[in-house]
Amino acid sequence: MFANFDIDFIIFGIMPYAALTILVVGSIARYDRDQFTWKSSSSQLLRRKQLIWGSILFHVGIITVFFGHLVGLFTPVWVLDAIGVPYWVKQWMAVLIGGPAGIAALIGATMLLHRRLGDSRIRMTSSWADIIIMVLIWWQLVIGLLTITQTLQHMDGAEMVRFMTWSQSIVSWNLNAWAMVVDVHWLYKLHIFLGLIITALFPFTRLVHMVSGFAAPFRYLLRPGYQLVRSRRQKPLPKRAAPKATPAE
Amino acid sequence: MRIRAQIGMVLNLDKCIGCHTCSVTCKNVWTSRDGVEYAWFNNVETKPGTGYPTDWENQKRWKGGWERTKAGKLQPKQGSKWRILSNIFANPSMPEIDDYYEPFDFDYDHLKSAPEMEAFPTARPRSKITGERIEKIEKGPNWEEILGGEFSKRSEDYNFEGIQKEIYGEYENTFMMYLPRLCEHCLNPACASSCPSGAIYKREEDGIVLIDQEKCRGWRMCVSGCPYKKIYYNWESGKSEKCTLCYPRIESGNPTVCSETCVGRIRYLGVMLYDADKIEDAANMENEQDLYDAQLGVFLDPRDPVVIETARADGIPEDWIKAAQESPIWKMAMEWKVAFPLHPEYRTLPMVWYIPPLSPIQNAAEAGAIGTDGGMPDVKNLRIPVKYLANMLTAGDEEPVVHALERMLAMRSYMRTKTIEGVIDEAIAARVGLSGRVIEDMYKIMALADYEDRFVIPTTHREQVEEAYDLRGGCGFTDTNGCGGGSTKGSLFGGSKRPLKMPTEAM
Repeated sequence: MFANFDIDFIIFGIMPYAALTILVVGSIARYDRDQFTWKSSSSQLLRRKQLIWGSILFHVGIITVFFGHLVGLFTPVWVLDAIGVPYWVKQWMAVLIGGPAGIAALIGATMLLHRRLGDSRIRMTSSWADIIIMVLIWWQLVIGLLTITQTLQHMDGAEMVRFMTWSQSIVSWNLNAWAMVVDVHWLYKLHIFLGLIITALFPFTRLVHMVSGFAAPFRYLLRPGYQLVRSRRQKPLPKRAAPKATPAE
Repeated sequence: MRIRAQIGMVLNLDKCIGCHTCSVTCKNVWTSRDGVEYAWFNNVETKPGTGYPTDWENQKRWKGGWERTKAGKLQPKQGSKWRILSNIFANPSMPEIDDYYEPFDFDYDHLKSAPEMEAFPTARPRSKITGERIEKIEKGPNWEEILGGEFSKRSEDYNFEGIQKEIYGEYENTFMMYLPRLCEHCLNPACASSCPSGAIYKREEDGIVLIDQEKCRGWRMCVSGCPYKKIYYNWESGKSEKCTLCYPRIESGNPTVCSETCVGRIRYLGVMLYDADKIEDAANMENEQDLYDAQLGVFLDPRDPVVIETARADGIPEDWIKAAQESPIWKMAMEWKVAFPLHPEYRTLPMVWYIPPLSPIQNAAEAGAIGTDGGMPDVKNLRIPVKYLANMLTAGDEEPVVHALERMLAMRSYMRTKTIEGVIDEAIAARVGLSGRVIEDMYKIMALADYEDRFVIPTTHREQVEEAYDLRGGCGFTDTNGCGGGSTKGSLFGGSKRPLKMPTEAM
């Protein structure tokens, strides 16, 4: 099984595990040890210009793309067959939804990157991690959109099923999974490689705010009412009888 | 009835001299750090003026506070929870740092290190954000100090609503007052309600509103949600910060730094008992002018036996009940009715209250054109228009403000008669519905303002609710993660950034 230690094996066979381990362990460690650094790092206060449109386009686009990948790659193939979705239909859906979303995200990312590098207020208050991750995501969006040119040449969905099988084999501990993607176009390979790099960098960058962002609606909407009161009391107060009369003001 | 205790504050604007000692001592203690140079947990504004941040009172623009919907429901002015969540990528109502001011410092070093030159060396300003040269400072923390700037700009002040303001631009009719502002530690805080992470909370034992720095994720909805614009986003740490009412001091029975150092002795701190079950209804009055009265209705008489009994059952310590009975806040807000909440129409039920300032009477009165009633001028002739004060303190209802000003004038008149003529004139007191004894109590607390009368602060009782043994050897007040003393060493997760360098250049 380990006879062939070529680069494809390292990237598509080993790196996914390494990246996911770093993602999970690193995020838990950061949340537990240094939660003060867990934040969105918004720079809206310093410069509103280009942020409103940039951020909305980027986030709406990338969240669509993110869930597209998640659902698209990790839905078992037999589920597709069971509910009767032909592969070519799913392939078209991926292109028609993911394409525009990716373009929106790229436009947004370009605005945000331009603002981050070009506006001295933002540039001077950015950390290296802020800039590197932004650049990586920008390239990832470009490459991801370029892969559509390849995808359009085989709209039967066979290539897509290959990636689905690969992803699902990774999470089901099939160590031969890497072999499935050896002979795909280099754009796909580059896209996967960059994706794994971003995954591994996740806990060390502002990307961690994704977790909070996905949790926020649940936290906020499920919170009874609006207000929060904290008490130091560790034991609840004993039950008391209702007051005899409503006191005068 | 569910009784909770709250540390409230009253500021006697009649005595504020606008010296900014409160702001400066507060800044030195709390915001002398990177990222919050622009933030003043306490600031003093000259009114009329647009304030800091500029135009903060314009809630059409910033969407701070609460609103009553057409259906009669109370919800943040920013919108329902869904609406707030939808703004998470970019908050359309959030001020930019230029709405406060771009923080700056000066090249002081150049004054001593400049080479020999023909011109005298100067210390030119630099941005504290970028470190770059600022050619012209456009705004500062107190840009309209003592009516600085032209009237047309200053008169954009929201409190001029319903007033023919043009005449106040004339030199003869001009007026001003100081307004020190800090977090209101509201009973119905809009900041806490806007926070998707649930990081902002009100403390049960003393009502102080705090931001959990560990839980804050920087979604910045609180910045726009607070109608007083007293939440500041720290651009360096990426977390929101606010006035803490100096809780480490309050817990040990000391007044806040701003109150302690106030040279005019205008600040009062004391306990108020309130009924937590009444808050929502009180904040949801249909008519904005009923909100002040409704808030009075939330407070509970600490001498009422039923209240005392219930307060004990609700876990309020004995010395807190006693402090509530001696509270200067209770006296000024409830008994004498001279203190008012700032902008009750924001529906947050603020807990920092203000005694409106008296002002010189208009020239006409001095010339004898206006009859004085038993040595007391009609408050309508005071230089500061009553409507202006009412817009600020009672959602435009002039009657309670007039009532308070009359009582303050009566206090002066009564004490003048007493000390100068040696006559105790109960009629003066009776005219404003008080007795001589009450007026003398008012005089003691509001005019003499001894330390013990201003600050009636019980210590906190952590030992009653927490296992004190576990607290042994724990951190005291900390500024950072863990037991740090305020210095942030870098971590794998980007705990700190490179320190801001302030380059100096030779001319």
